Amino acid sequence: MTKDILRVENLTVDFSGFKAITNLNFSMQEGELRVVIGPNGAGKTTLCDAITGKVSPTSGKIFFHDEDISHLPEYKIARKGIGRKFQTPRVFLNLSVYENVELAYNRTKGVLKTLFSKRNPVERERIMEVLETCGLADVTHRLAGILAHGQKQWLEIAMMVAQDPDLLLLDECVAGMTDKETEATGELIESLAKSHAILVIEHDMVFVRQIAKLVTVLHQGETLCEGTFDQVQQDSRVIEVYLGSHKAEMAAVA
Amino acid sequence: MSDPVNQSFVEKLQSRRRLIEVATVIVIMVIAVIILPATLSAFRLNLLGRWLSLAIVAVAIDLIWGFTGMLSLGHGVYFALGGYALGMHLSLMAPRGRTPAGVPLPDFMAFGGLLKLPAWWEPFHSPWFAMAAVLLVPGIVSLVLGYFIFRNRIKGVYFAIITQATSLVLGVLLVGYLQYTAGTNGLTNFETFFGASVNTPEFRRTIYIITCFILLGCYIFARWLTSGKFGRMMVAIRDDEFRARYAGYHVDFYKLVVYVISAIMAGIGGALFVPQVLIIDPTRAGIVQSIEFVIMVAIGGRGTIVGAVVGAILFNAIRTYLSESYPDFWLFAQGLLLLLVVMFLPMGLIGVIKEGSKRFKIGSNVIFP
Repeated sequence: MTKDILRVENLTVDFSGFKAITNLNFSMQEGELRVVIGPNGAGKTTLCDAITGKVSPTSGKIFFHDEDISHLPEYKIARKGIGRKFQTPRVFLNLSVYENVELAYNRTKGVLKTLFSKRNPVERERIMEVLETCGLADVTHRLAGILAHGQKQWLEIAMMVAQDPDLLLLDECVAGMTDKETEATGELIESLAKSHAILVIEHDMVFVRQIAKLVTVLHQGETLCEGTFDQVQQDSRVIEVYLGSHKAEMAAVA
Repeated sequence: MSDPVNQSFVEKLQSRRRLIEVATVIVIMVIAVIILPATLSAFRLNLLGRWLSLAIVAVAIDLIWGFTGMLSLGHGVYFALGGYALGMHLSLMAPRGRTPAGVPLPDFMAFGGLLKLPAWWEPFHSPWFAMAAVLLVPGIVSLVLGYFIFRNRIKGVYFAIITQATSLVLGVLLVGYLQYTAGTNGLTNFETFFGASVNTPEFRRTIYIITCFILLGCYIFARWLTSGKFGRMMVAIRDDEFRARYAGYHVDFYKLVVYVISAIMAGIGGALFVPQVLIIDPTRAGIVQSIEFVIMVAIGGRGTIVGAVVGAILFNAIRTYLSESYPDFWLFAQGLLLLLVVMFLPMGLIGVIKEGSKRFKIGSNVIFP
C-alpha cells in the first residue's frame, strides 16, 4: 500500500455557528490525481482553506506526510510542500512573468536570504523550464498585469509548480477559460500529475471528465461518496443532491 | 526557451541604466555639495538643507507606501522621535533654567517644577547616545507597534487609520507632559552641538553637506533594497499579499522589516531637520506633517525612489515660494496640488515623464529608476 500524502481526520470548520465542514474524513495517496466536486456551499473551498492554513480547523486534524499541519500558518504549510492555485488568477501584476515565477521558485524565503540573494544560471534554467512547461516561454519579460486571463491562470500554475510542492491544490482553475484554454489546462494538469499529487476542486463537468480518475463528492460539509467518475455518476445519492440539477449536463458529457 | 539575444539585451540595458544613474547621481552630488554652497546665500542653503532632510522621510514613505503598499499616515511620529532625540541633547547643551539647588536645567523643566533632571534625560548629555537614540527609538517603537499591527493582519485603510492614531497619541503625550517635553513650545533655544555654535553659517553649511551625504546614503540603500529580490517581494506584497503567503513567504515579517527600516529612516530625517530649523515641537509628530510626507511622495511619484526625492524638493519649493509671496494661499495650494495629482497624475511627476518617454520612444526612462 502506498503512503498517504494527505489525510484529513474528523475535520470540522465552524464559522461562529455555521459549520462549513462537518466531521470530514478524506485522504489522498502520493502521486494521486483527485477531483473534489459538490454543489455550492458543500465546503470545497473551505477544505482548501483548511489544508493551506487560511482557516484553522475547529476540531479534527490534517496530516501532510504524516505530520500534523492543522494549525500552522500559511507560509509554513506552503514551505512544507503544498501549493495552491486560487479560483481567480492571483499573480503579482506589477512584476514580469519571469519575476513572478522567480519569487515562487526562490529556495530560501527568509528575509535576510532574500535580501542578499543573487540570480544564478541554475535557477534561471529551472525557471525557464517551468515557463516552458506552462506555455509561457514567449512572454517571459512581459508584465503579468497585461497577460490574457488564461495566461494569468497558467502563470499562477507555473508559480505553483516552481515552488516544487508535493501536493497541488487547484481551486476551480478553469473558471472563465475558453474551451480551448480549458483543454490545454487539462493536458497541463495531466502532465503535472506524473510528478505531483494533485487535488482539483471543480465545477466544470466536461473538465472533470477529461482529467478525473477518482472523484470525491462533498455535500453540506461531508463526504457523500467516492469513486471513479462513472461510479459517482451512477450513485443515486449524488444524482439526488447534486447532479440532479445538472442532469442535462451530465447526459451531454456521457 | 532561454533567449540569449533578448537576455543579453536586457542585461546590457540594465548595465547602461546603472551607468547613467550613477553618472547622474554623481553630477547632482557635485552640484549639491560643491557648487550650491558656493553660490546660494546661507539662508537659501539652509532652506534646501531642510528640504533634503524631509526628502529622506519621503524616501522612507516611498519604501513602505510606494513599494510595499502600506499607506502610513503616521510617519510624523518617527520623524519627531528622531528629532526629539537630537533636540533633547541640544537642549541639555543650553540649559537656561536652574534647579532650586542652582544646578542648570532646561528652562521648561524649571517652569514645570521639576527639582532635577529626570533620569531618562540623563544619557542625552552624550551626543553619541542621542544619535544612537535617533536610530533606536523609532526602530524599537515601530518594531513593537508593527509587530502587533502585522500579526493581527491589519492592512489597507485600517493600517492608515491606526498609524494616524499613533501620530495623534504622540502629539497628545508631547503636549501633555510639558515638564518633560516642553509641551507645545517644543525644544528650542539651542546653542551648541559638539562644541560648535549652531547659529553660524559654517555650522549650517556643514549640516547641509552632511544631509546631502546621508540622503545619498538613503537613496543608495533604498535603491539596493528595492532593486533585488527583496524589492520584487515588496512589490509582490503590494500586489497580492495572500498569494505571497501561499508562495511560502512570511509576509507579516517582511512587512515588519520594511516598516522598521522606514521608521528608522524617518527618524534620521527628523534628526537632520532639527539642527537646521533649531526647534522641534509636537506639530512635527502630527497628522498634518504626516500627511504632508505622503503628499510629497504622491507628487513626485510613488514606487520610484527618485520620485520621492523630487517630490519632497518640489513640494517644499512651492510651499516656500507661495508662503513668501502669498502667505494665505499655501494651504489652498496644497489641497489643490493633492487633488490635481490624484486626479491627473496618479503616478506623480516621474510617472508622467516615464509615460512620455515611452510614448516618444526616447528611452529616457532609464534615468528614472
